[in-house]
Amino acid sequence: MLQIDLWKRILIWGIVALGVFLALPNAFYTRVETHNDAVTAIERQGATPEREAVAAGWPSFLPSGLVNLGLDLRGGAHLLAEVQVEDVYAQRLEALWPEVRDALRPERDTVGTIRLQPSGPMELRIRISQPDGMARALEVVRGLAQPVVSLTGAGETDLAVSGDGDEIVVRLSEAERQATDERTVRQSLEIIRRRIDEVGTREPTIQRQGSDRILIQVPGIGSAAELKEIIGTTAQLTFQPVVGRGASANDSPGIGNEILPSLDEEGVFYELEQAPVVTGEELVDAQPSYDQNGRPAVSFRFNPAGARKFGDYTAENIGNPFAIVLDDEVISAPVIQSHIPGGSGIITGNFSVEESTNLAVLLRAGALPAGLEFLEERTIGPELGQDSIDAGKIATVVAFSAVLVFMFLSYGLFGIFANIALILNIALLFGLLSLIGATLTLPGIAGIVLTVGMAVDANVLVFERIREELRTAKGPARAIELGYEKALSAIVDANLTTIITATILFAMGSGPVRGFAITLGLGIITSVFTAIFVTRLMIVIWFGRTRPKTIEV
Amino acid sequence: MRMRLVPEITNWDFFGRSKLWLGISALMMVVAFVSFLLQGLNYGIDFRGGTTIRTESPSAVDVGAYRDALQPLELGDITISEVFDPSFGDDRNVAMIRVQAQDDQEAVSADLIAQIEAALSEVAPDITFASVESVGPKVSGELIQTAVIAVLLAIGAVLIYIWLRFEWQFAVGAVLALVHDVLLTIGVFSELQIKFDLAIIAALLTIVGYSLNDTVVVFDRVRENLIKYKKRDLKEVLNISINETLSRTIMTSLTTMLALVAMFVLGGDVIRGFVFAMMWGILVGTYSSIFVASAILLWLGVKRDWTKPDATAGNQYADIDA
Repeated sequence: MLQIDLWKRILIWGIVALGVFLALPNAFYTRVETHNDAVTAIERQGATPEREAVAAGWPSFLPSGLVNLGLDLRGGAHLLAEVQVEDVYAQRLEALWPEVRDALRPERDTVGTIRLQPSGPMELRIRISQPDGMARALEVVRGLAQPVVSLTGAGETDLAVSGDGDEIVVRLSEAERQATDERTVRQSLEIIRRRIDEVGTREPTIQRQGSDRILIQVPGIGSAAELKEIIGTTAQLTFQPVVGRGASANDSPGIGNEILPSLDEEGVFYELEQAPVVTGEELVDAQPSYDQNGRPAVSFRFNPAGARKFGDYTAENIGNPFAIVLDDEVISAPVIQSHIPGGSGIITGNFSVEESTNLAVLLRAGALPAGLEFLEERTIGPELGQDSIDAGKIATVVAFSAVLVFMFLSYGLFGIFANIALILNIALLFGLLSLIGATLTLPGIAGIVLTVGMAVDANVLVFERIREELRTAKGPARAIELGYEKALSAIVDANLTTIITATILFAMGSGPVRGFAITLGLGIITSVFTAIFVTRLMIVIWFGRTRPKTIEV
Repeated sequence: MRMRLVPEITNWDFFGRSKLWLGISALMMVVAFVSFLLQGLNYGIDFRGGTTIRTESPSAVDVGAYRDALQPLELGDITISEVFDPSFGDDRNVAMIRVQAQDDQEAVSADLIAQIEAALSEVAPDITFASVESVGPKVSGELIQTAVIAVLLAIGAVLIYIWLRFEWQFAVGAVLALVHDVLLTIGVFSELQIKFDLAIIAALLTIVGYSLNDTVVVFDRVRENLIKYKKRDLKEVLNISINETLSRTIMTSLTTMLALVAMFVLGGDVIRGFVFAMMWGILVGTYSSIFVASAILLWLGVKRDWTKPDATAGNQYADIDA
């Protein structure tokens, strides 16, 4: 007969209580949010009395997980960036030239003189004057190759070296390119994250998408343009030897050299050696400071390896100019006055205080390994988001009340049971959303509204079935039992198919669409749970207490 | 006293004119498809790239002035439309401006947006920009592809599920009903030229889910009744099943519709197209589970002799609800 084991009852009520408990913070959204912010601030920057006071605004024994509001509800900026992974190939090959030169130098007897040829961005071409020595030259250059460090490329080396007439062609191997891409994207992701964290905004989303894209969402920021300023600069810092100084960008540089413009002086160009002595990667710290004339500057410090290289180079080149290059522009080209052993220095230029502070932040966070191209950018104003929240709230409340009234009118007491279950269903849904830290978007709210409408479906299926069973007059208890039993397969089939579509949406969609898929999918799970277990438990308890001879559904 | 939407026991004949209904549905599908081919959809920037700017100002929107202000920038195709919503007061005038994707420009230019904003601020000093969204042509092409794949995948997955759970005739009926729903929805969007963006794809998939939900409930009952009434012919069994589930079909469609109407009226203009798609889908989905899915099932026929081994006997779902 209508029996539910005690342990099952406890489990069902337990789950419901847990859901309501987890959903609780969302009812006090602003309060919990300021509490959470204060707690993070205390963790990061230490406690102050004000922060402690704000943090105490929400008891710490209660959960503080909230449903995140998506950009369309809170306002903010969204960027989809593509990492220009090819940039890195060129850098790698450029850096390889000195190595190749040094390796071939002892073999001069067999290969003759070696010369760097103009090469495309994907390859390095080196001419040898004695083509007979090609076999030996290739052997030597291949000796420079390193095993690829990646799971898929195990056992392969990073360079593909071939001979083309009297030229040696060095390319990156396929495996190495993949490994490099992977590293580049990860590094970019990490650096973008650091830069955004330095600015300190609330809950940014920084995600990798596909093989070479990065999705960045920052709530509360004024515009996508502002966000791009923070993350859009590569901040590639290099220290390169100066070959000469000229007034035109069209001078043809010597092989292995490049012509770069000056940052401040219009019409001044420097010819520099392409391979840098030290790069920004070897910086350990950068701080805004002032030079001896009291102008804003940035002071920096190298790690030990960088300090040694910098020290050696300055010792050997006293009296020569030396260029500090940021993103292919020469910031300054001071003459080396003396050996600089400590590995620290200062960059001067025509900076404003703000610029020097920004530059220090960028240098500290590290350079982006490659450029970014922005494929998609969206700015949503906070007012529009607030409007959407308000409209969504009203719509949900109205939709909810209409369904409650409708269910009561149609099924009477059983309708009330279904209504209680429906309210618990929403609480459970919010509890789950908070638990997994899901993001609520405007289509997500529509998903909830749709869930409200569809959540009653399982109950309707059962109630209609009970009605049918009552008609064949088996007595109320039997009718209820049969109703649940027979409706189950329809409920399972109907909801499983919706789950399938929600899963596909989640997997293929992004942003708002994904938010919709999450609320729809979780909504189905909670609504089936409440319809099958919670409503049934309520009916069983009621039936056990009153033992009615007849029931009306 | 209970509210009853349909009489307790109905005995309506749903298949007396099943050929007529199928014919009408087929005709509607053709009309929808032709409209889609001839007129095309009013794609949002998600699918064709470009920039949309939502402006708000206390003073009235002067579409002509906006257009004149943007003319010198030579941006190509510009659409400016005023947005009306009952919740806006007199001092809230909203317009949507759409600028086509600029040629061979993968990335979105911040300069361009700044120029547009500056030009508009000149004609309407009190203007604010509630949202600015740009999508490069590279992404939008991929988004279309992903969207089409998502819809096809969903339909395919469902086909397989119903095939496993019922029989192939049921699967064909359900999937044709889905195609019907999706096509008619696309047809409405093409006919009324409502903006078709990513959110609408989500709505389409929800319609797929909902319509299926409805169809499956009917089919579940058909399966049950096929065993119960072994001697009656298929048409009768189908009719009985639909009549028995009719009350539930109407109840669920109505509650869902009720919730959606609330969202449609009160949810704001941003989401209206999305909610409209779902409302239309529920209407069509409810219709199609009876007049398309079941009619096709009738037309294809079902294997009735359950004593012989059949395709469903061996699989894992065979006796789940025995």
